[in-house]
Amino acid sequence: MYHRLLSVVRRQRTGRGWQNWSSGRSGASAAEAHSVALPAQAQVVICGGGIMGTSVAYHLSKMGWKDIVLLEQGRLAAGSTRFCAGILSTARHLSIEQKMADYSNKLYQQLEQETGIQTGYIRTGSIFLAQTQDRLISLKRINSRLNVIGIPSEIISPKKVAELHPLLNVHDLVGAMHVPEDAVVSSADVALALASAASQNGVQIYDRTSVLHVMVKKGQVTGVETDKGQIECQYFVNCAGQWAYELGLSNEEPVSIPLHACEHFYLLTRPLETPLQSNTPTIVDADGRIYIRNWQGGILSGGFEKNPKPIFTEGKNQLEIQNLQEDWDHFEPLLSSLLRRMPELDTLEIMKLVNCPETFTPDMRCILGESPLVQGYFVLAGMNSAGISFGGGAGRYLAEWMVHGYPSENIWELDLKRFGALQSSRTFLRHRVMEVMPLLYDLKVPRWDFQTGRQLRTSPLYDRLDAQGARWMEKHGFERPKYFVPPDKDLLALEQSKTFYKPDWFDIVESEVKCCKEAVCVIDMSSFTKFEITSTGDQALEVLQYLFSNDLDVPVGHIVHTGMLNEGGGYENDCSIARLSKRSFFMISPTDQQVHCWAWLKKHMPEDSNLLLEDVTWKYTALNLIGPRAVDVLSELSYAPMTPDHFPSLFCKEMSVGYANGIRVMSMTHTGEPGFMLYIPIEYALHVYNEVMSVGQKYGIRNAGYYALRSLRIEKFFAFWGQDLNTLTTPLECGRESRVKLEKGMDFMGRDALLQQKQNGVYKRLTMFILDDHDTDLDLWPWWGEPIYRNGQYAGKTTSSAYSYTLERHVCLGFVHNFSEDTGEEQVVTADFINRGEYEIDIAGHRFQAKAKLYPVTSLFTHKRRKDDVELSDLHGK
Amino acid sequence: MHREPDVGFDPGSPGSCPGPKAPVKSIGPCSGSALQKAYRHTSTEEDDFHLQLSPEQVNEVLRAGESAHKILDLVSGVPNSVLRFESNQLAANSPVEDRRGIASCLQTNGLMFGIFDGHGGHACAQAVSERLFYYMAVSLMSQQTLEQMEGAMESMKPLLPILHWLKHPGDSIYKDVTSVHLDHLRVYWQELLDLHMEMGLNIKEALMYSFQRLDSDISLEVQAPLEDEMTRNLSLQVAFSGATACVAHVDGVHLHVANAGDCRAVLGVQEDNGMWSCLPLTCDHNAWNPAELSRLKGEHPESEDRTVIMDNRLLGVLMPCRAFGDVQLKWSKELQRSVLERGFDTEALNIYQFTPPHYYTPPYLTAEPEVTYHQLRPQDKFLVLASDGLWDVLGNEEVVRLVVDHLAEAGRHKPDLAQRPANLGLMQSLLLQRKAQGLCAADQNAATRLIRHAIGSNEYGEMEPERLTAMLTLPEDLARMYRDDITVTVVYFNSDSIDAYYKGG
Repeated sequence: MYHRLLSVVRRQRTGRGWQNWSSGRSGASAAEAHSVALPAQAQVVICGGGIMGTSVAYHLSKMGWKDIVLLEQGRLAAGSTRFCAGILSTARHLSIEQKMADYSNKLYQQLEQETGIQTGYIRTGSIFLAQTQDRLISLKRINSRLNVIGIPSEIISPKKVAELHPLLNVHDLVGAMHVPEDAVVSSADVALALASAASQNGVQIYDRTSVLHVMVKKGQVTGVETDKGQIECQYFVNCAGQWAYELGLSNEEPVSIPLHACEHFYLLTRPLETPLQSNTPTIVDADGRIYIRNWQGGILSGGFEKNPKPIFTEGKNQLEIQNLQEDWDHFEPLLSSLLRRMPELDTLEIMKLVNCPETFTPDMRCILGESPLVQGYFVLAGMNSAGISFGGGAGRYLAEWMVHGYPSENIWELDLKRFGALQSSRTFLRHRVMEVMPLLYDLKVPRWDFQTGRQLRTSPLYDRLDAQGARWMEKHGFERPKYFVPPDKDLLALEQSKTFYKPDWFDIVESEVKCCKEAVCVIDMSSFTKFEITSTGDQALEVLQYLFSNDLDVPVGHIVHTGMLNEGGGYENDCSIARLSKRSFFMISPTDQQVHCWAWLKKHMPEDSNLLLEDVTWKYTALNLIGPRAVDVLSELSYAPMTPDHFPSLFCKEMSVGYANGIRVMSMTHTGEPGFMLYIPIEYALHVYNEVMSVGQKYGIRNAGYYALRSLRIEKFFAFWGQDLNTLTTPLECGRESRVKLEKGMDFMGRDALLQQKQNGVYKRLTMFILDDHDTDLDLWPWWGEPIYRNGQYAGKTTSSAYSYTLERHVCLGFVHNFSEDTGEEQVVTADFINRGEYEIDIAGHRFQAKAKLYPVTSLFTHKRRKDDVELSDLHGK
Repeated sequence: MHREPDVGFDPGSPGSCPGPKAPVKSIGPCSGSALQKAYRHTSTEEDDFHLQLSPEQVNEVLRAGESAHKILDLVSGVPNSVLRFESNQLAANSPVEDRRGIASCLQTNGLMFGIFDGHGGHACAQAVSERLFYYMAVSLMSQQTLEQMEGAMESMKPLLPILHWLKHPGDSIYKDVTSVHLDHLRVYWQELLDLHMEMGLNIKEALMYSFQRLDSDISLEVQAPLEDEMTRNLSLQVAFSGATACVAHVDGVHLHVANAGDCRAVLGVQEDNGMWSCLPLTCDHNAWNPAELSRLKGEHPESEDRTVIMDNRLLGVLMPCRAFGDVQLKWSKELQRSVLERGFDTEALNIYQFTPPHYYTPPYLTAEPEVTYHQLRPQDKFLVLASDGLWDVLGNEEVVRLVVDHLAEAGRHKPDLAQRPANLGLMQSLLLQRKAQGLCAADQNAATRLIRHAIGSNEYGEMEPERLTAMLTLPEDLARMYRDDITVTVVYFNSDSIDAYYKGG
């Protein structure tokens, strides 16, 4: 029995307290003395005593939760946390990651003062080297974004780099980015400091205690089973790092936490002859695949090689992390890269090559949030080698989530619910992380697609489309066509296009867009999430009226665009719902909503055997027929009149198409263009597609992909959930008052918040920008996340962008805020405020003038629309 | 560096036989499609040449055709005299025209190794590689076994198994025609039965007969009226293309090599003093072989002395002067005409329909093999069988030396890391050294090593990685101008078991 109650070792005074505690930790006899049985119950049990677990414990206890138990299977901070390189860098690609790192930096900086435990925090700054112009563009984009959230950074010349770091060879550099406030820490000590502060706040910490599995009743955490006994609890937090996947699977109802470990190597050296200053900046040479920091007068250098070595695929291995083998042959390319960058290190004495596994996720973003299946089961893991940078911020967001029910920032990009069981295969994870790890230092260009783990979910038309030149992208495991390469195009050149400038598919997508405008195109959109909600009585309508903001009590056959809002009025989902009959509804949501929306509905729907929710995503193939001639194709195939008089916009009808009966035809295209969505039972998919293509021939039909759809949608100011809309944006903030029926005669989720917002005004507003002096051929293209400047002041960031072939301009969507010039506080944004500004969009440091629009360009809508058409009423909105 | 193609039918367009395109079978089934894209060019346009193979990709390309096998079965309680073999093939033609075959006879003792080098298409080489071993196996059978076979056929019972093939997964076979072939094989064994020789033929005779019998069957099949168009077209392609063959039969210490054409078998011998030497077991049948020259002159009237070999080629067209198929050089003009006039679409079948000049007294070409017998001794360590693609570039001594190096290296290790260098610079140079060695010594398969040296060595016999990469990145339509198909099989002998044979008497 070696469990130890760490929290009983109270610190008396800073400094001395730390010594007490550490002796309690390491001395076996002392441990016996402190040996106390586990508590029988607690509010929260955290599994994992690394940086994540201790950070969550620290923040929960700070927020006033005291009844917390932290369990660690080995010793505190002895896993990846102990071995990691301790580099804190705020230069991240995602804003949310930048914010997490920035917060961590501030937290660690004052941690020593707060706890009296030395954390080795030194503000060294870091320098990101660019060997190529493309890399420099990538750095400039990050630089622009860091600056607007108040993190100092600048793009510097190679000469300046040489001044900042004495040992660097700068001859092959084209520039660099300097982030002066980045830091290094001793990561294990940071974790211990967090643990110490948490334990002072009442958190009980037990090491050498393994969680066997989590007990669940009726989809709710009830306790944990450990090798030292059971603990009853309401909340469980899985911070088990690389073991989080296994721990998730050990549940009776498995919780899927897709992550996988790879071996990671770094080198430690003896001190240089003149020992390196402890404030020598950290170097990241991504083109050389290495990082280098100062370490006890010498250097610590590792990297992310092209050929990673995944481990523990078969599951938890008895092999101790400490016993992993060094592999010098594997490290050779990184060593050569290091000596190329710092030739003077040639004679530096080697101390050790450390092999320290790191955990990677399928999309290079960490995993945070609550399980969609088990309430009270939270996860924080999968740090992709950035555990130290994210530890503080991620722990805080998770604690906020648990305490307040929602984190203070939109964390959808990191939410566990972006994954489902489909990303849980060991083979998939092993293959994918082998791609992800090198990607950390690869150039991140727009429209990147993963190459591994593909062709998992496909439409029945996949082979047909592929044979016709489809190029594919993947969302939530589903293959979707991007565009179709005409037979005469050079394929090789297309495959190798990686650019921040005009991409080589430009002309291809242009012709697809043109065909959508002038004739008819077909896009396979089967990936969309499709649910059916039915009931015996009025239960379905009632629950939907409560969960959705628009009025769903519409005549049968009508389609309603509506948001699924949270209590704060923010979008949990944005979908289209067709009323199939009095008692059944068909709901179409974005592809990646499959897990999240399901969990949300399940959570809020009453237990009622007469109310049925079914995921029918797999049952239907969806074809989008876009264009003015879509009506001709369909009426020819169905012998039914399809003109707007017979089939008005936003209408849904079951009808026959070709020989196939029971096709759900909807007069909407998700683009504002005329046309129809066909929801086809999968066994008819090939038939209907063939019929559509052969009849469509005389109307000039062709295949099109999502890039064309995207261009059409964005030019018409159609915002999309997950890109433009998130849980912190309300319908009022994006001009969708018309999709909210505050007076629909009953309460609905978020109504109070919206009422209040309506009264007080909004603090940000989704705005469309049309770039003015941007040269499509020569200038860098916007992507998303570009800072927006209003009258020279930072006002927000773009959320998506596309080239509009009709306007012949780039269109960006983004939120405009009104930051007070004096205090920086957010103020009310009015239409007047938007309209009176002069705007610029910052693309990698270059500002382009932009026209702001609150409503779409009317001339783009060519077809007749229904009077009460929601899309139309957007135009007439306030 | 520009080599002449060995078939002179149309010197203007070497390897220009589009034929029925097989799906890049030369690469082997295991290589990924992405990789294929990287090294398989279909055009010679300049901008396609920028792709460079990494050393790993080079290895992957070279190793795609590898096969290796350990012989574990015992022959009457004694370990087989063949320890193991390693084989590999690299294509230059598209599709590859070389074939190989390795099989053990199930009704008699013995292992058979064959190399078949096709020309004018791959049809003949394919047919010979599929069928010759059966003819050989049947020729070796005792009267009693043949009677059992015939009995089984008559009563529609399953046949005794004849061969156990040891195939590379990429080696292709045509299943559609085997029933016709079986009928002809049966006719052959019926004739053997009629000879009433209780013990069957001796090995030498068996090899001689089976070569000639198969060649005559190939020649007759196309003359006989065949119903099935597919079979008929195929027989025509087989007869009108050619293949040289070199086959080794090993039974205990008895090694027979039957050769027709310019493939070669060379024995690696280690003398008692440790020195290595090579012992060729075949003679190339071509214009540089005086014995062949005088044989040809003897078989034809004196008036043809100057024309039977011209430009070092048989009748000025064919490099090897013995081969299967090639009925253009075997049949009378009249026979050729009458067969082809039966309405074959020779163009679609890619058949050269022409008569060489000075074609007076056919046949000029024979498939009769030269059979060599060698009694294996403990000092005979290995046998290298290869198509002329290898021998054109590497000499016998060099080939033996490379295999010896390979054997020696198998035991040796990379530079040791146990005594770790103290500083980064030394560590780096040691690691680079290990890497460099790793890349060329990494071949587990001696055949791969031979092919690597054959195409990657410069004029001084040194390996040049750039040259190797360049040779492997050649576009399909250029590859044949710089290198030939290469097929190599290295057979290792078990000296202990050979030793035991002599000691045990």
